[in-house]
Amino acid sequence: MSIARGETLGFFDDKSQWLEELFASYPPEGRRAAVMPLLRQVQDTEGHVSGERLQEIAELTGLTATEVKGVMSFYSYYHELPTGKYHLQVCATLSCALGGSEELWDYLVETLDVLPGEISPDGLFSLQKVECLGSCHTAPVIQINDEPYLECMTRSRLQALLSELRAGKSLDQVELPGGPDPHWREVLFQRQKAQEKK
Amino acid sequence: MTGPIVSGHDPRFAPVLLVNPGQGDLKHYLSRGGYQGAKKALTTMTPDEVINLVKAANLRGRGGAGFPTGLKWSFMPKDDGRQHYLVCNADESEPGSFKDRFIMEDNPHELIEGMIIGGYAIGATKGYIYIRGEYRKAYDSLKQGIAEAKAEGYLGPNLFGGEFSFEIFLHRGAGAYICGEETALMNSLEGLRANPRLKPPFPAGAGLWGQPTTINNVETLACVPHVVAQGAEWFNSIGTEKSKGPKLYEVSGPAVHPGVYELPIGTTLRELIFDWAGGVSEPVKALIPGGSTAPPLPFTDDVLDTPMDFEALAEKGSLLGTGGVILIPDSVSMVDAMWNITRFYGHESCGKCTPCREGVAGWMVNLFKKIATGNGSPGDVELLLDIMDNIEGRAFCLLADAAVWPVKGSLKFFRSEYDDLIERKAAVPGYSGRWK
Repeated sequence: MSIARGETLGFFDDKSQWLEELFASYPPEGRRAAVMPLLRQVQDTEGHVSGERLQEIAELTGLTATEVKGVMSFYSYYHELPTGKYHLQVCATLSCALGGSEELWDYLVETLDVLPGEISPDGLFSLQKVECLGSCHTAPVIQINDEPYLECMTRSRLQALLSELRAGKSLDQVELPGGPDPHWREVLFQRQKAQEKK
Repeated sequence: MTGPIVSGHDPRFAPVLLVNPGQGDLKHYLSRGGYQGAKKALTTMTPDEVINLVKAANLRGRGGAGFPTGLKWSFMPKDDGRQHYLVCNADESEPGSFKDRFIMEDNPHELIEGMIIGGYAIGATKGYIYIRGEYRKAYDSLKQGIAEAKAEGYLGPNLFGGEFSFEIFLHRGAGAYICGEETALMNSLEGLRANPRLKPPFPAGAGLWGQPTTINNVETLACVPHVVAQGAEWFNSIGTEKSKGPKLYEVSGPAVHPGVYELPIGTTLRELIFDWAGGVSEPVKALIPGGSTAPPLPFTDDVLDTPMDFEALAEKGSLLGTGGVILIPDSVSMVDAMWNITRFYGHESCGKCTPCREGVAGWMVNLFKKIATGNGSPGDVELLLDIMDNIEGRAFCLLADAAVWPVKGSLKFFRSEYDDLIERKAAVPGYSGRWK
């Protein structure tokens, strides 16, 4: 951890409190367990994990950069190359597919003019197909970055989302037609009904 | 009324796992008897008494395999002076399953309380929740729940004035289905690539960081406070002969009200789909009863009248699994649906062993692509069956078997759809439309 980085401030240099808490959640012999949370911290902040950051994580965990990269490449959430400000992850698995996720995917590829691995020219959007997000009852589902899911997506909801984000609204300001999740009220209703019977 | 409770309509049945949706804070939890189970266990029972109670209740793992929970706990060594760990498997990634998410988002203290009791029973002072990385809301909710529990003394040193101390840590995954396999999960938690480990040694002997470890599913642990608070007799009054207790069932696909429903285990598919999920929203030809690993069954009266428990679904040639029902509409080719599932398993193969890496991720996916895109030739189905025979039971972990079972099931009931596509050299309907 004493390797000189010249003028550049390391990613974790101002996060000593966070690091301390992180390492305290694993036993002393389990220091490398921190590698996934460290990767996530970088991914969520910078949109990808660069070679330089890999080296920093290696130093913190006592691993080699190659070992960190070996872990990183196993998981679909970490990216070696930069992603857009809004990284759209479209669920492609069965229930979402039955709900029309492939049409949404095609629409996104067409309208954003990006393929997986690319970023739209305005730097806003990148795309990834992901496997079952565990929200099959509100299919099709899209997740942006590390944010809560966008559920029951349709083309019109997607259009509204893209145009609001393009207009500079932040994700929590975006209002989708039909509310955050049009099915949700029905589901809650069913659950409430089940209880009220008692 | 006498006899076991096997229907959500039974007036004696009251949901316990999912109540008061959206009100998961500690105050609400306490107002409906929260942490009374933990208090009872820690202040009036020995760890062995807790294990025996869970055994007597016949609680079986809700992650898919249905292994008896009390028995699993009893495998942990006693007084060996080593650090024991309780790990909650919250890496819910089985297609069609989203029940654990409801518990974590809406009722985090139920899981925390279950872990305190479980930790006490197996002598673990530390618990980890391995939560899939995508579950952001559930993570936030658990984080808040743990902070609340700590602040009120439900987590930390000397719980309920006794000697037992317990801490819970959250560890987020990063998108890999294989992490739901318990030994792969431990590798992932340790910061390794999530390849499964050879068993034996089993986790109870040498698990997380080589220490005795028990891994339980979210729903399993969420049942525990209720078992302790209400007793084994109550738990046994619900369900069928060998499957007991309340169960979270999920419905997705073309249902009128897709969602999660808490019902007695052994409720029929018909009651779940028609009475609770409101019926089907378009004609349906097949259903997957327990997450994508479960072989699909035809949507017939006989199947619909099947109780959703471990035994009855096995008898029909499928699995209860996670209780995640996926409806497959008439308009979608079975080949198309199975191609999607096969592609899923191919994508999620960790690449460690040959049958899975070459067989599932290579041969099976390629054959499906060939048939589904209208390029199938006579003999392809036989080749697929032959390959699957060489995968099943020969792979390092169950992921490869999980890929084979649904396809085998689809060939048992829907073989004609494969033959028809091959004979006509036709692509699946909607190909390049609905999904590809």
